[in-house]
Amino acid sequence: MTLQTWIAAFLTLCVFSFLYKDNPFYRFAEHLFVGAAAGYLLAVQWQNVLIPNVWTPLLHDHKLVVLIPLALGLMMLARAWDKGAGIARWSLAFYVGIYSGVAIPGYMQAQIFAQLADAAKPFAPGWGAVNSALVLVGLLTVLAYFFFSAPHKGVHGAGARVGIYFLMVAFGASFGYTVMARVSLLIARVQFLLRDWLHVLPGP
Amino acid sequence: MRRGPLLLTFLSGAAIAALFFIPHYRAQAANSMLLEWTLVVYAFALILGSISLWNSHARKVRNRAEGWGFSVVTLVSLLAITALGVWKGVGEGTPVDWIYNTVNSPLASTMFALLAFVIASAAFRAFRARSVEATLLLVTAIVMMIGRVSIGELISHRLPGITEWLLDVPNLAAKRAIAIGVGLGAVSTALKIILGIERSYLGRS
Amino acid sequence: MTWVRQLLAIDRRIIFLLVGAGAALPLLFPLNLPVAVTPRVRAAYDAIDALPPGSKVLLSMDYEPDIMAELFPMSVAVLRHCFRKHVQVIAMTLYPAGTGLGERAISTAAKAEGAVLNRDYAWLGYKSGFQVVMIGIGENLRGMYPVDFYGTPLDSIPVTRHVNSYAQLQMVINLSGSSAADYWIQFAQGRYHAPLVIGCTAVMATDYYPYLSSKQLLGLIGGMKGAAEYERLIDTFGDARRGMDAQSLVHLIVVGLVIVGNAALFISKRSGGDGGGPASGSMTR
Repeated sequence: MTLQTWIAAFLTLCVFSFLYKDNPFYRFAEHLFVGAAAGYLLAVQWQNVLIPNVWTPLLHDHKLVVLIPLALGLMMLARAWDKGAGIARWSLAFYVGIYSGVAIPGYMQAQIFAQLADAAKPFAPGWGAVNSALVLVGLLTVLAYFFFSAPHKGVHGAGARVGIYFLMVAFGASFGYTVMARVSLLIARVQFLLRDWLHVLPGP
Repeated sequence: MRRGPLLLTFLSGAAIAALFFIPHYRAQAANSMLLEWTLVVYAFALILGSISLWNSHARKVRNRAEGWGFSVVTLVSLLAITALGVWKGVGEGTPVDWIYNTVNSPLASTMFALLAFVIASAAFRAFRARSVEATLLLVTAIVMMIGRVSIGELISHRLPGITEWLLDVPNLAAKRAIAIGVGLGAVSTALKIILGIERSYLGRS
Repeated sequence: MTWVRQLLAIDRRIIFLLVGAGAALPLLFPLNLPVAVTPRVRAAYDAIDALPPGSKVLLSMDYEPDIMAELFPMSVAVLRHCFRKHVQVIAMTLYPAGTGLGERAISTAAKAEGAVLNRDYAWLGYKSGFQVVMIGIGENLRGMYPVDFYGTPLDSIPVTRHVNSYAQLQMVINLSGSSAADYWIQFAQGRYHAPLVIGCTAVMATDYYPYLSSKQLLGLIGGMKGAAEYERLIDTFGDARRGMDAQSLVHLIVVGLVIVGNAALFISKRSGGDGGGPASGSMTR
């Protein structure tokens, strides 16, 4: 049993202690987590982004072009002071511009066109046609629900109503799967405590 | 004073969208270069976030506000891990890697695992069949929770098939509509940003 | 009905205790309930199973330790299947803290199946930037990864020697707990038309059904349950299958709580009470 296992088990129990009530152990773990997570992110960004993309190209390869992202990054830091908001706006403008540009072809191709093409294909043969028809009805009615430019009245309103039912079934499925995911994480923590820490379960 | 940033947004957005369609390797190299630049800006944004976190907790410590001792824990861990990571690296076998596996990993996974308890409690107290819509959601969730695990097969051999149908038909229809809606929304918002119609991300002047 | 009111006002810690016991007891006293294989996991298995020996796949394990409960057993199962079929694996991660996990998954699977580094698999390690890496691999793998994780040039590694982009890969497999999966669909599949299989956390799984229908995905492995199904398909007994009894019991407890809560509400309403409205629905009580 290593020191690492003992510390991990102690912190696991600190977090679980919240289930009884809020207490100093939980608050300690919570504050440690915030600091450790932020520190880790910073360290990773330094080692994996700033060194290979700025430091090395600039100092070893003398690529002056990296001064542009460096300048944009440093300008972003100006936001830490109220008067620097105007300077930081340039970095934000570049970042938002790039990801807006990336989003257009990416979403169009993978999400809009590919999904519309699949929605518009002929129905499956036999009984499968019923399911194909239901998928099409579901798609159109949910889209009708999301169309807020016109009031949900008459045929549009009835369609939107059916759309809500489809949405509720989908959300129910998502809820079921979310429970599954969280329970899986809990099981893994219990496996850790019982197997790696207390050794009451056989090893993997 | 927003004309300059708006022009920058237009140029960067239009350039990266256009480069997507040009298969020439030079165009793709330019594409990759612009994306790499965003990684650098993102890294600085994280530094900015950490400065803000530091200021917030340092203020608590200075003012001896309630729970200031916990803020010291945050400040020390933030500083120590950043310094160790910058000095010794973050790869396998480094002190930061050890800390990550000992501190960050169990804390993060246990925080998420807490949700299993909270969901169970919420399911008991708040998951009510008060309307047709809520009943549909509730019944589907119950069928999924039972039908997707081993016990479902034992209760009825039809249950897994029903869950598969729920996922393949109504779920697929709704998720497809959401995907198309999100896609259209993302594209139109992106266009509005690039064309300077949507400016709220730049904040107040 | 006083007892109904008392039931609805039950201390939340009793519910927590029930859930905790539900997770722990089946681990201590396993029943080994059967794990049924669902069509989407079988589709993923079949797609990999159909690859001829000597095929090359890119496996990106894009997760960190916080969600490893779901994705680590999945990684080991998929890797073992590939090694068994003599499918060569080029593995990588887009998450910094995924490096150690990815390496551990590969070494666990390689040890179990007798696979050898560089002959049966290559480990490229971590690279920052989702889209940058995906586009980079599509244009020039060596530009993105001149050397593998251990510093060996890709031309010196038999597995990667003739691979320069998605065109030389028979499949891309992404095991992810984040938007990385969406980017693999947008770039590897959408832009470079690589056949794609995704394994993801259960939270994300239902969102990807439209992509299965449109054949943008060949298969989908969802959460620890999906991993358990995959373990069953390759006839192994890993952590995912070990956890399935507990998964069943906790699900039963949650469903039981929902039913009891609603029944109590129904009885309370019939006897003229408010039945515990939103005020008593607080989950933090």
